[in-house]
Amino acid sequence: MSAANKPVNQKAWFLILPVILCVAFSAILPLMTVVNYSVQDIISPERRVFVGTEWFAAVMRDPELHEALLRQLGFSLAVLAVELPLGIMLALAMPAQGWKSSAVLVMMALSLLIPWNVVGTIWQIYARADIGLLGAALDYIGLDYSYTGNSSHAWITVLVMDVWHWTPLVALLCFAGLRSIPDAYYQAARIDGASKFAVFRYIQLPKMRGVLMIAVLLRFMDSFMIYTEPFVLTGGGPGNATTFLSQYLTQKAVGQFDLGPAAAFSLIYFLIILLLCFILYNWMQRVGTADKQGAGHE
Amino acid sequence: MNEKRFQKRTLFLITYLVFAILPIYWMVNMSFKTNEEILSSFSFFPQHFTLANYATIFTDPSWYSGYINSLIYVAINTVISVTVALPAAYAFSRYQFLGDKHVFFWLLTNRMTPPAVFLLPFFQLYTTVGLMDTHIAVALAHLLFNVPLAVWILEGFMSGIPREIDETAYIDGYSFPRFFLTIFLPLIKAGVGVAAFFCFMFSWVELLLARTLTSVNAKPIVATMTRTVSAAGMDWATLAAAGVLTIVPGAIVIWFVRHYIAKGFAMGRV
Repeated sequence: MSAANKPVNQKAWFLILPVILCVAFSAILPLMTVVNYSVQDIISPERRVFVGTEWFAAVMRDPELHEALLRQLGFSLAVLAVELPLGIMLALAMPAQGWKSSAVLVMMALSLLIPWNVVGTIWQIYARADIGLLGAALDYIGLDYSYTGNSSHAWITVLVMDVWHWTPLVALLCFAGLRSIPDAYYQAARIDGASKFAVFRYIQLPKMRGVLMIAVLLRFMDSFMIYTEPFVLTGGGPGNATTFLSQYLTQKAVGQFDLGPAAAFSLIYFLIILLLCFILYNWMQRVGTADKQGAGHE
Repeated sequence: MNEKRFQKRTLFLITYLVFAILPIYWMVNMSFKTNEEILSSFSFFPQHFTLANYATIFTDPSWYSGYINSLIYVAINTVISVTVALPAAYAFSRYQFLGDKHVFFWLLTNRMTPPAVFLLPFFQLYTTVGLMDTHIAVALAHLLFNVPLAVWILEGFMSGIPREIDETAYIDGYSFPRFFLTIFLPLIKAGVGVAAFFCFMFSWVELLLARTLTSVNAKPIVATMTRTVSAAGMDWATLAAAGVLTIVPGAIVIWFVRHYIAKGFAMGRV
């Protein structure tokens, strides 16, 4: 999308028409429904009252929502703080070539391909003190560990599960970035007597910048809409300790069938994501052109 | 290369791989045990090795129909996603047109939208048009994030093919459909494979929409698995076996796309 010298051809619209229709059916139509619900009080299918922005105001004041949002932000930031350094370290430690590289690659990627509810199930089994290896081990060394009873234990378990699930993504992206560094760079560094840290700081890190940005934003957004794994593992409990935004919204929409507030909240949630997307998109465009210009000077 | 540092790195990598594999191993281990053994003793290997849990799944329709339902909607979704994404990705990678950047951005937002936001309207929409509890409903709902993903991945692959090839073909008198199908498609078949794989995968792992839009006839395996509590307590062994079976398809295919995994996850941007 970055090359500017592509020919102008308005007929290309016909080529993207099928995509537009598909996504319009599954995105625009539903979105309009949400907007419609968010400004009405639906008492029954026949009786509905226009309430304006009342639901939005109510949702914005909802203390439960504030808590869920804070929990969500804390969780997403914690995810980034752990997964990024760990992923970079893993990428640096991975063998570059040969069957060892392939084997490590496949073993790492395995957790990414497991259905999200099975990820929950795996950890549910793994962390239980009576039948799980992790739970039993923690019990054995004298910790009174229980992810169903203690909120901070539950929170940490969800975080460790996410690290287990998604760190390979960061590692794989960084690994792909590292592979694009020409050998000549390392040779030059060796001649200059550069330290290991200098090589990392001035050669490897700049070259990984593009993929790291993708990793940061994918991880931030995907963790921002996490639903399935905590739903299976803890069900949002104990109490509300692991109820994140998606779970909170689902409870409101399907559990209590509170259409108006749920729709208003959906829109707010959507706008938050839209803002983040906008930042990501511009960032990626800029990195794309910066890399092209950089390549032109070399 | 410093020998000591090399060892430290390898040690770190191995430690992580153990951390990564152990939870999966534990589930595989449990899937070969009986419920009595799981609850009564604690061992790294099954003491009374049994295949009964797998037999249960393959003979009980309420279990194996879950896999069939999942495969049906995943297949429908993958075919539609890749088919509509191919021409669109070509348009984005080759031409400029009015609003191209905005449409591309709009597609990206759909990949990033939490499915929970659309849960309510999907539920209402599909109830109204009578698609509830059908495979089509889930397949269409999953288009929301899979079509943008496929467009992004394919666009990345297509941009790697020099434009001179297109121009030469047009000069030689190829029509667009003929050029696209006989020359261009074979050139990007790796990209098509990767896009299909990622569509398959993201549809396969999704739970929220699949669970909400189905009840009986099209109930996917991921939803079946969330309801294994019976009067006798949790059926851990069968649950573990079902979990292992959901990993198998991904684990097999992953070998073929191992070089492209990073590219797929980065939506063609690597």
